[in-house]
Amino acid sequence: MDYRTVLTTCAYCGCGCSLYLEVLDGRVIHTFPCKTGPVNEGKLCVKGWNIHEFIHSPKRLTRPLLRQNGTLVEVSWDEALDFTARRLREIKEAHGSDSLAFLSSAKITNEENYLIQKFARAAVGTNNVDHCARL
Amino acid sequence: MSEKVRAKVKDLLDSGRIKGFLGLRQADGHLGPHLFTDGRELDALAVGDLKRPGDTRYPLNKQLLTLMRCDPDDSFGVLVRGCDERGLKTLITWNQVDPAKVVAVGIACPPELAAACECLKPYPDEFVDGGKVEGSTFASVATVDALDLHSRLTHWLHEFSKCVKCYGCRDICPMCFCKECSLEQEDLIHTGDLPPENPIFHLTRAVHMAGRCIDCGLCNEACPADIPLRTLYKKVAEIIAQEFDYRPGYVEPGEKPPLNILGEAPEH
Ligand code: SF4
Ligand code: SF4
Ligand code: SF4
Repeated sequence: MDYRTVLTTCAYCGCGCSLYLEVLDGRVIHTFPCKTGPVNEGKLCVKGWNIHEFIHSPKRLTRPLLRQNGTLVEVSWDEALDFTARRLREIKEAHGSDSLAFLSSAKITNEENYLIQKFARAAVGTNNVDHCARL
Repeated sequence: MSEKVRAKVKDLLDSGRIKGFLGLRQADGHLGPHLFTDGRELDALAVGDLKRPGDTRYPLNKQLLTLMRCDPDDSFGVLVRGCDERGLKTLITWNQVDPAKVVAVGIACPPELAAACECLKPYPDEFVDGGKVEGSTFASVATVDALDLHSRLTHWLHEFSKCVKCYGCRDICPMCFCKECSLEQEDLIHTGDLPPENPIFHLTRAVHMAGRCIDCGLCNEACPADIPLRTLYKKVAEIIAQEFDYRPGYVEPGEKPPLNILGEAPEH
Protein backbone atom coordinates (compact mmCIF):
# COMPACT_ATOMS: atom_id res chain seq x y z
CA MET A 1 0.00 0.00 0.00
CA ASP A 2 1.26 3.42 -0.97
CA TYR A 3 -0.54 6.22 0.87
CA ARG A 4 0.36 9.87 0.71
CA THR A 5 -1.09 13.34 1.08
CA VAL A 6 0.07 15.66 -1.65
CA LEU A 7 0.02 19.44 -1.34
CA THR A 8 -1.22 21.23 -4.43
CA THR A 9 -3.31 24.14 -5.68
CA CYS A 10 -6.95 23.91 -6.70
CA ALA A 11 -7.32 24.05 -10.46
CA TYR A 12 -10.99 25.03 -10.60
CA CYS A 13 -10.71 28.81 -10.54
CA GLY A 14 -8.19 31.58 -10.27
CA CYS A 15 -8.33 31.98 -6.46
CA GLY A 16 -5.55 29.45 -5.93
CA CYS A 17 -6.71 27.65 -2.79
CA SER A 18 -4.18 25.25 -1.29
CA LEU A 19 -5.29 21.70 -0.67
CA TYR A 20 -4.00 18.25 0.14
CA LEU A 21 -4.94 15.38 -2.11
CA GLU A 22 -5.18 11.99 -0.44
CA VAL A 23 -3.57 9.47 -2.80
CA LEU A 24 -3.93 5.73 -2.30
CA ASP A 25 -1.98 3.43 -4.59
CA GLY A 26 -1.80 6.08 -7.28
CA ARG A 27 -5.50 6.98 -7.15
CA VAL A 28 -6.56 10.37 -5.83
CA ILE A 29 -9.41 9.62 -3.44
CA HIS A 30 -10.11 12.64 -1.25
CA THR A 31 -9.36 16.32 -0.69
CA PHE A 32 -8.59 18.31 2.46
CA PRO A 33 -8.25 22.09 2.53
CA CYS A 34 -4.81 23.25 3.62
CA LYS A 35 -5.00 25.12 6.92
CA THR A 36 -1.82 27.04 6.22
CA GLY A 37 -2.88 28.08 2.71
CA PRO A 38 -2.77 31.90 2.79
CA VAL A 39 -5.68 32.23 0.36
CA ASN A 40 -8.19 29.80 1.83
CA GLU A 41 -7.03 29.23 5.43
CA GLY A 42 -8.44 25.72 5.70
CA LYS A 43 -11.63 26.29 3.72
CA LEU A 44 -12.82 25.31 0.24
CA CYS A 45 -15.90 25.72 -1.93
CA VAL A 46 -17.92 22.75 -3.11
CA LYS A 47 -15.86 22.45 -6.28
CA GLY A 48 -12.52 22.42 -4.47
CA TRP A 49 -13.77 19.81 -2.01
CA ASN A 50 -14.56 17.50 -4.93
CA ILE A 51 -11.57 18.18 -7.14
CA HIS A 52 -10.28 14.62 -6.75
CA GLU A 53 -13.30 13.40 -8.69
CA PHE A 54 -12.43 14.75 -12.11
CA ILE A 55 -8.87 13.44 -12.13
CA HIS A 56 -9.87 9.85 -12.84
CA SER A 57 -13.16 10.63 -14.57
CA PRO A 58 -13.71 8.48 -17.67
CA LYS A 59 -15.35 11.53 -19.24
CA ARG A 60 -12.09 13.43 -19.17
CA LEU A 61 -10.43 14.25 -22.51
CA THR A 62 -6.86 13.03 -22.37
CA ARG A 63 -6.10 12.83 -26.12
CA PRO A 64 -7.02 15.12 -29.03
CA LEU A 65 -10.17 14.10 -30.89
CA LEU A 66 -11.01 15.24 -34.42
CA ARG A 67 -14.47 15.00 -35.95
CA GLN A 68 -14.15 13.06 -39.19
CA ASN A 69 -17.32 12.39 -41.18
CA GLY A 70 -19.42 13.18 -38.12
CA THR A 71 -17.55 10.93 -35.68
CA LEU A 72 -14.89 11.86 -33.16
CA VAL A 73 -11.65 10.08 -33.93
CA GLU A 74 -8.51 10.01 -31.79
CA VAL A 75 -5.60 11.70 -33.57
CA SER A 76 -2.02 12.70 -32.72
CA TRP A 77 -1.22 16.14 -31.27
CA ASP A 78 0.59 17.09 -34.50
CA GLU A 79 -2.41 16.22 -36.61
CA ALA A 80 -4.78 18.09 -34.30
CA LEU A 81 -2.58 21.20 -34.21
CA ASP A 82 -2.00 21.19 -37.98
CA PHE A 83 -5.74 20.93 -38.56
CA THR A 84 -6.52 23.73 -36.09
CA ALA A 85 -3.88 26.06 -37.53
CA ARG A 86 -5.10 25.45 -41.08
CA ARG A 87 -8.76 26.09 -40.22
CA LEU A 88 -7.95 29.22 -38.19
CA ARG A 89 -5.99 30.60 -41.14
CA GLU A 90 -8.77 29.73 -43.62
CA ILE A 91 -11.46 31.37 -41.48
CA LYS A 92 -9.34 34.47 -40.89
CA GLU A 93 -8.62 34.85 -44.62
CA ALA A 94 -12.24 34.29 -45.66
CA HIS A 95 -14.03 36.34 -42.94
CA GLY A 96 -11.41 38.55 -41.21
CA SER A 97 -9.70 38.36 -37.81
CA ASP A 98 -12.77 39.42 -35.83
CA SER A 99 -14.69 36.39 -37.01
CA LEU A 100 -12.59 34.45 -34.48
CA ALA A 101 -12.74 34.49 -30.68
CA PHE A 102 -10.59 32.92 -27.97
CA LEU A 103 -11.76 31.63 -24.61
CA SER A 104 -9.12 31.25 -21.94
CA SER A 105 -9.50 29.28 -18.75
CA ALA A 106 -9.22 29.43 -14.97
CA LYS A 107 -7.85 25.90 -15.06
CA ILE A 108 -4.61 26.97 -16.76
CA THR A 109 -1.77 29.08 -15.41
CA ASN A 110 -1.42 32.83 -15.52
CA GLU A 111 1.35 32.46 -18.09
CA GLU A 112 -0.78 30.23 -20.33
CA ASN A 113 -3.58 32.79 -20.14
CA TYR A 114 -1.09 35.45 -21.15
CA LEU A 115 -0.05 33.33 -24.13
CA ILE A 116 -3.60 32.83 -25.38
CA GLN A 117 -4.36 36.56 -25.42
CA LYS A 118 -1.00 37.21 -27.06
CA PHE A 119 -1.81 34.64 -29.71
CA ALA A 120 -5.27 36.19 -30.28
CA ARG A 121 -3.95 39.74 -30.56
CA ALA A 122 -0.54 39.30 -32.19
CA ALA A 123 -0.95 36.18 -34.32
CA VAL A 124 -4.63 36.35 -35.26
CA GLY A 125 -5.28 40.08 -34.84
CA THR A 126 -8.42 40.20 -32.73
CA ASN A 127 -9.37 41.52 -29.29
CA ASN A 128 -12.05 38.84 -28.98
CA VAL A 129 -10.63 37.24 -25.84
CA ASP A 130 -12.77 36.15 -22.92
CA HIS A 131 -12.98 33.77 -20.02
CA CYS A 132 -14.43 30.26 -20.25
CA ALA A 133 -16.94 31.15 -17.53
CA ARG A 134 -18.77 33.20 -20.19
CA LEU A 135 -19.08 30.27 -22.58
CA MET B 1 7.83 20.10 18.33
CA SER B 2 7.59 17.56 21.09
CA GLU B 3 10.63 15.31 21.47
CA LYS B 4 8.53 12.98 23.60
CA VAL B 5 6.05 12.39 20.79
CA ARG B 6 8.86 11.87 18.32
CA ALA B 7 10.61 9.35 20.57
CA LYS B 8 7.39 7.43 21.14
CA VAL B 9 6.58 7.26 17.43
CA LYS B 10 10.13 6.26 16.57
CA ASP B 11 9.91 3.44 19.01
CA LEU B 12 6.59 2.23 17.59
CA LEU B 13 7.89 2.32 14.03
CA ASP B 14 11.32 0.84 14.74
CA SER B 15 9.89 -2.03 16.77
CA GLY B 16 7.45 -2.88 13.99
CA ARG B 17 4.49 -2.42 16.33
CA ILE B 18 2.86 -0.18 13.72
CA LYS B 19 3.19 -0.04 9.97
CA GLY B 20 2.74 3.71 9.79
CA PHE B 21 1.95 6.73 11.93
CA LEU B 22 -0.62 9.30 10.95
CA GLY B 23 0.55 12.64 12.20
CA LEU B 24 1.36 16.07 10.92
CA ARG B 25 4.41 17.04 8.93
CA GLN B 26 6.06 20.37 8.42
CA ALA B 27 7.19 20.59 4.80
CA ASP B 28 7.22 23.11 1.94
CA GLY B 29 6.32 25.91 4.34
CA HIS B 30 3.07 24.18 5.30
CA LEU B 31 1.93 21.88 8.01
CA GLY B 32 -0.35 19.05 6.99
CA PRO B 33 -1.31 15.42 7.46
CA HIS B 34 1.23 12.72 6.64
CA LEU B 35 1.68 8.99 7.05
CA PHE B 36 5.13 8.38 8.53
CA THR B 37 6.45 4.91 7.71
CA ASP B 38 10.13 5.38 8.46
CA GLY B 39 11.64 6.39 11.81
CA ARG B 40 14.23 8.43 9.93
CA GLU B 41 11.72 10.94 8.55
CA LEU B 42 10.44 11.96 11.97
CA ASP B 43 12.42 15.22 12.07
CA ALA B 44 9.53 16.80 10.22
CA LEU B 45 6.87 15.44 12.60
CA ALA B 46 4.65 18.16 14.07
CA VAL B 47 1.67 18.17 16.40
CA GLY B 48 -0.32 21.01 14.86
CA ASP B 49 0.78 24.12 16.73
CA LEU B 50 2.17 26.35 14.01
CA LYS B 51 1.51 29.91 15.20
CA ARG B 52 -0.95 29.14 17.96
CA PRO B 53 -1.64 25.88 19.80
CA GLY B 54 -3.87 23.62 17.71
CA ASP B 55 -4.15 26.02 14.76
CA THR B 56 -3.30 23.30 12.24
CA ARG B 57 -5.39 20.31 13.28
CA TYR B 58 -6.61 17.84 10.66
CA PRO B 59 -9.14 14.98 10.78
CA LEU B 60 -6.49 12.29 11.14
CA ASN B 61 -9.09 9.74 12.25
CA LYS B 62 -10.83 10.17 8.94
CA GLN B 63 -7.61 9.24 7.17
CA LEU B 64 -7.14 6.37 9.59
CA LEU B 65 -10.50 4.95 8.46
CA THR B 66 -9.31 5.04 4.86
CA LEU B 67 -6.07 3.27 5.77
CA MET B 68 -7.77 0.61 7.86
CA ARG B 69 -10.32 -0.17 5.18
CA CYS B 70 -7.58 -0.59 2.62
CA ASP B 71 -5.19 -2.50 4.86
CA PRO B 72 -7.22 -4.22 7.61
CA ASP B 73 -4.42 -6.58 8.65
CA ASP B 74 -1.81 -4.02 9.66
CA SER B 75 -1.72 -1.73 12.70
CA PHE B 76 -1.37 2.03 12.50
CA GLY B 77 -0.53 4.75 14.96
CA VAL B 78 -2.32 8.07 15.12
CA LEU B 79 -1.71 11.36 16.88
CA VAL B 80 -4.60 12.16 19.23
CA ARG B 81 -5.70 15.09 21.31
CA GLY B 82 -8.63 14.73 23.68
CA CYS B 83 -11.18 15.22 20.93
CA ASP B 84 -9.44 12.75 18.58
CA GLU B 85 -9.47 10.14 21.32
CA ARG B 86 -13.19 10.76 21.82
CA GLY B 87 -13.49 10.22 18.08
CA LEU B 88 -11.56 6.95 18.17
CA LYS B 89 -13.70 5.63 21.01
CA THR B 90 -16.87 6.55 19.17
CA LEU B 91 -15.63 5.07 15.90
CA ILE B 92 -14.94 1.83 17.79
CA THR B 93 -18.49 1.95 19.17
CA TRP B 94 -19.82 2.33 15.64
CA ASN B 95 -17.68 -0.64 14.48
CA GLN B 96 -15.62 1.53 12.14
CA VAL B 97 -12.27 0.96 13.84
CA ASP B 98 -10.74 -2.25 15.15
CA PRO B 99 -9.18 -1.23 18.50
CA ALA B 100 -6.57 -3.98 18.23
CA LYS B 101 -5.12 -2.32 15.13
CA VAL B 102 -4.71 1.24 16.42
CA VAL B 103 -2.08 2.73 18.67
CA ALA B 104 -2.96 6.24 19.80
CA VAL B 105 -0.17 8.61 20.76
CA GLY B 106 -1.74 11.27 22.93
CA ILE B 107 -0.96 14.89 23.64
CA ALA B 108 -2.76 17.13 26.12
CA CYS B 109 -3.88 20.59 25.01
CA PRO B 110 -2.64 23.80 26.63
CA PRO B 111 -5.03 26.13 28.53
CA GLU B 112 -5.56 28.68 25.74
CA LEU B 113 -6.64 26.00 23.27
CA ALA B 114 -8.84 24.29 25.84
CA ALA B 115 -10.52 27.62 26.56
CA ALA B 116 -10.98 28.50 22.89
CA CYS B 117 -12.52 25.07 22.26
CA GLU B 118 -14.67 25.19 25.42
CA CYS B 119 -13.48 21.63 25.78
CA LEU B 120 -14.86 19.41 28.54
CA LYS B 121 -11.78 17.19 28.56
CA PRO B 122 -8.78 18.72 26.76
CA TYR B 123 -6.60 15.65 27.15
CA PRO B 124 -6.75 11.97 26.19
CA ASP B 125 -6.79 9.26 28.89
CA GLU B 126 -3.10 8.68 28.27
CA PHE B 127 -0.69 11.22 26.83
CA VAL B 128 3.03 11.49 26.31
CA ASP B 129 3.27 15.27 26.36
CA GLY B 130 1.48 18.31 27.76
CA GLY B 131 -0.33 18.62 31.06
CA LYS B 132 -3.86 18.11 32.28
CA VAL B 133 -5.93 21.28 32.04
CA GLU B 134 -9.36 21.51 33.66
CA GLY B 135 -12.23 21.31 31.20
CA SER B 136 -14.55 24.26 30.73
CA THR B 137 -18.29 24.64 30.22
CA PHE B 138 -20.01 25.60 26.97
CA ALA B 139 -20.07 29.39 27.38
CA SER B 140 -21.07 29.95 23.74
CA VAL B 141 -24.17 27.79 24.26
CA ALA B 142 -25.08 29.71 27.41
CA THR B 143 -24.83 33.00 25.51
CA VAL B 144 -27.28 31.87 22.84
CA ASP B 145 -29.55 30.20 25.42
CA ALA B 146 -29.79 33.54 27.25
CA LEU B 147 -31.64 35.04 24.27
CA ASP B 148 -35.43 34.81 24.20
CA LEU B 149 -36.94 32.27 21.83
CA HIS B 150 -37.62 34.72 19.03
CA SER B 151 -34.12 36.24 19.11
CA ARG B 152 -32.59 32.79 19.24
CA LEU B 153 -34.51 31.74 16.14
CA THR B 154 -33.54 34.96 14.36
CA HIS B 155 -29.92 34.40 15.36
CA TRP B 156 -29.76 30.90 13.91
CA LEU B 157 -31.76 31.69 10.78
CA HIS B 158 -29.39 34.56 10.12
CA GLU B 159 -26.32 32.37 10.65
CA PHE B 160 -27.69 29.56 8.45
CA SER B 161 -28.58 32.04 5.71
CA LYS B 162 -24.84 32.60 5.15
CA CYS B 163 -24.31 28.96 4.10
CA VAL B 164 -22.82 28.45 0.65
CA LYS B 165 -23.55 24.70 0.77
CA CYS B 166 -19.97 23.61 0.29
CA TYR B 167 -20.55 20.48 2.42
CA GLY B 168 -17.20 21.26 4.05
CA CYS B 169 -18.69 20.69 7.51
CA ARG B 170 -19.51 17.14 6.46
CA ASP B 171 -16.41 16.46 4.40
CA ILE B 172 -13.98 17.49 7.15
CA CYS B 173 -15.87 15.73 9.93
CA PRO B 174 -13.98 12.72 11.34
CA MET B 175 -17.30 11.26 12.50
CA CYS B 176 -18.97 11.40 9.07
CA PHE B 177 -18.49 7.91 7.73
CA CYS B 178 -21.95 7.01 6.37
CA LYS B 179 -22.02 5.58 2.86
CA GLU B 180 -25.27 7.43 2.16
CA CYS B 181 -25.37 10.94 3.57
CA SER B 182 -28.55 12.38 5.10
CA LEU B 183 -27.73 15.70 3.45
CA GLU B 184 -28.16 14.05 0.05
CA GLN B 185 -31.53 12.43 0.78
CA GLU B 186 -34.36 13.96 -1.17
CA ASP B 187 -36.79 12.67 1.51
CA LEU B 188 -35.12 14.86 4.14
CA ILE B 189 -34.13 18.01 2.27
CA HIS B 190 -34.49 19.48 -1.18
CA THR B 191 -31.02 18.50 -2.24
CA GLY B 192 -30.89 20.71 -5.33
CA ASP B 193 -31.67 23.99 -3.53
CA LEU B 194 -29.09 26.76 -3.36
CA PRO B 195 -28.96 28.38 -0.86
CA PRO B 196 -29.91 25.29 1.10
CA GLU B 197 -33.26 25.03 2.82
CA ASN B 198 -33.05 27.08 5.99
CA PRO B 199 -33.02 25.73 8.69
CA ILE B 200 -33.71 22.18 7.45
CA PHE B 201 -30.22 21.59 5.98
CA HIS B 202 -28.40 22.55 9.18
CA LEU B 203 -30.85 20.98 11.58
CA THR B 204 -30.78 17.72 9.62
CA ARG B 205 -27.04 17.58 10.11
CA ALA B 206 -27.27 18.67 13.75
CA VAL B 207 -29.77 15.93 14.56
CA HIS B 208 -27.83 13.36 12.57
CA MET B 209 -24.68 14.15 14.55
CA ALA B 210 -26.48 13.80 17.88
CA GLY B 211 -24.77 11.05 19.87
CA ARG B 212 -21.94 11.02 17.36
CA CYS B 213 -20.30 14.47 17.30
CA ILE B 214 -17.27 14.47 19.59
CA ASP B 215 -16.88 18.26 19.62
CA CYS B 216 -13.59 18.67 17.78
CA GLY B 217 -14.63 21.91 16.09
CA LEU B 218 -13.09 21.04 12.73
CA CYS B 219 -16.40 21.74 10.94
CA ASN B 220 -16.51 25.23 12.38
CA GLU B 221 -12.94 25.88 11.27
CA ALA B 222 -13.69 24.64 7.73
CA CYS B 223 -16.86 26.72 7.30
CA PRO B 224 -16.16 29.51 4.79
CA ALA B 225 -19.24 31.35 6.07
CA ASP B 226 -18.07 31.33 9.71
CA ILE B 227 -21.32 29.80 10.92
CA PRO B 228 -20.88 28.85 14.60
CA LEU B 229 -21.59 25.19 13.90
CA ARG B 230 -19.68 24.06 16.93
CA THR B 231 -22.03 25.98 19.21
CA LEU B 232 -25.00 24.35 17.49
CA TYR B 233 -23.60 20.84 17.91
CA LYS B 234 -22.57 21.59 21.50
CA LYS B 235 -26.19 22.51 22.18
CA VAL B 236 -27.34 19.21 20.66
CA ALA B 237 -24.75 17.39 22.80
CA GLU B 238 -26.14 19.14 25.90
CA ILE B 239 -29.64 17.92 25.08
CA ILE B 240 -28.43 14.34 24.54
CA ALA B 241 -26.47 14.48 27.81
CA GLN B 242 -29.47 15.84 29.73
CA GLU B 243 -32.05 13.50 28.29
CA PHE B 244 -30.03 10.33 27.99
CA ASP B 245 -27.01 10.85 30.21
CA TYR B 246 -24.75 10.07 27.26
CA ARG B 247 -21.79 11.93 25.79
CA PRO B 248 -20.12 10.36 22.74
CA GLY B 249 -16.43 9.78 23.37
CA TYR B 250 -16.74 10.30 27.11
CA VAL B 251 -18.20 6.83 27.59
CA GLU B 252 -16.25 3.66 27.08
CA PRO B 253 -16.20 2.23 23.53
CA GLY B 254 -19.07 -0.14 22.95
CA GLU B 255 -21.67 1.78 24.98
CA LYS B 256 -24.40 2.26 22.41
CA PRO B 257 -25.57 5.79 21.59
CA PRO B 258 -29.13 6.46 22.81
CA LEU B 259 -30.58 7.15 19.38
CA ASN B 260 -29.59 3.63 18.33
CA ILE B 261 -31.65 2.02 21.07
CA LEU B 262 -35.39 1.56 20.96
CA GLY B 263 -36.45 1.89 24.57
CA GLU B 264 -38.95 3.64 26.83
CA ALA B 265 -39.80 7.23 26.02
CA PRO B 266 -38.10 9.82 28.26
CA GLU B 267 -40.33 11.22 31.01
CA HIS B 268 -41.01 14.63 29.53
S1 SF4 C 1 -11.47 20.03 21.47
FE1 SF4 C 1 -10.30 19.75 23.36
S2 SF4 C 1 -8.90 18.12 22.92
FE2 SF4 C 1 -9.63 18.90 20.94
S3 SF4 C 1 -8.15 20.47 20.32
FE3 SF4 C 1 -9.76 21.51 21.46
S4 SF4 C 1 -8.99 21.54 23.58
FE4 SF4 C 1 -7.81 20.02 22.49
S1 SF4 D 1 -17.36 19.17 15.93
FE1 SF4 D 1 -17.98 19.16 13.78
S2 SF4 D 1 -16.34 18.08 12.70
FE2 SF4 D 1 -16.10 17.61 14.89
S3 SF4 D 1 -17.27 15.70 15.19
FE3 SF4 D 1 -18.67 17.38 15.63
S4 SF4 D 1 -19.74 17.72 13.70
FE4 SF4 D 1 -17.90 16.55 13.21
S1 SF4 E 1 -19.23 24.37 5.94
FE1 SF4 E 1 -20.52 26.19 6.35
S2 SF4 E 1 -21.01 27.01 4.31
FE2 SF4 E 1 -20.24 24.91 4.00
S3 SF4 E 1 -22.12 23.63 3.97
FE3 SF4 E 1 -21.33 23.62 6.06
S4 SF4 E 1 -22.44 25.29 7.08
FE4 SF4 E 1 -22.68 25.63 4.88
